[in-house]
Amino acid sequence: MIQVTRQAINPDAVTETVLDPANGGVVTFLGTTRNHTSDRAVVSLEYEAYEEMAYKELERIAQEAQVNFGVRTVSIVHRFGHLDIGDISLVVAVGSAHRKEAFAAAQYTVDRIKETVPIWKKEVFEDGEVWVGIDACYAEGDQEPHSSSVSAHSHAG
Amino acid sequence: MRVNVRFFAAFREFAGHDNLDVVLDPGSTVHDLRIRLHDQFPRLPQPERIVVAVNAEYADPDLALADNDEVALIPPVSGGSS
Repeated sequence: MIQVTRQAINPDAVTETVLDPANGGVVTFLGTTRNHTSDRAVVSLEYEAYEEMAYKELERIAQEAQVNFGVRTVSIVHRFGHLDIGDISLVVAVGSAHRKEAFAAAQYTVDRIKETVPIWKKEVFEDGEVWVGIDACYAEGDQEPHSSSVSAHSHAG
Repeated sequence: MRVNVRFFAAFREFAGHDNLDVVLDPGSTVHDLRIRLHDQFPRLPQPERIVVAVNAEYADPDLALADNDEVALIPPVSGGSS
């Protein structure tokens, strides 16, 4: 199961998609929205997705995880839109004959999602907001991307 | 030829557009389009720093664009988990 959705994610429903009598282990990972970045309080988050491409990239990563680690099934659901603190933004569930491969495939999948999937996160603070990671495409001395009222406190997470 | 350019996240805010039709000379590449868009929207990063997808696949800068391509400018991604 691969989904990019605005709806709240039910992690049990995602886990169920990888349950199978041939599995000896299932690993389910939940990514949740954190209430701070560095020492700055985060009030809420806005996720934006290029839905068609994000779906294709998630499918690709799930297939890679299956092939690389020999696991049986990988399901990924990524949420976008407005999220409150503590909401579930990502669920990855891996079903495998053996637990070791299930853990490794889950780790790989979660790491890869941050590298290639076109989904963006804006952290909203009491006094401003920042698209996480945007500074990475500006060199020192380039055009300043941020409006003057917002300071850049983003980090890659 | 004409391509449709989609802007996301920070780039959408910097450009002030969700999407935009752009008319290009035949044979124009992804990099030609990046230069054009940076000239038009100076708050975008330098052209060589803009990652581009064509028809929902990451594209090399020297890829020749075709009529009706959907071109997306991809800011640094930040989904997944912290």
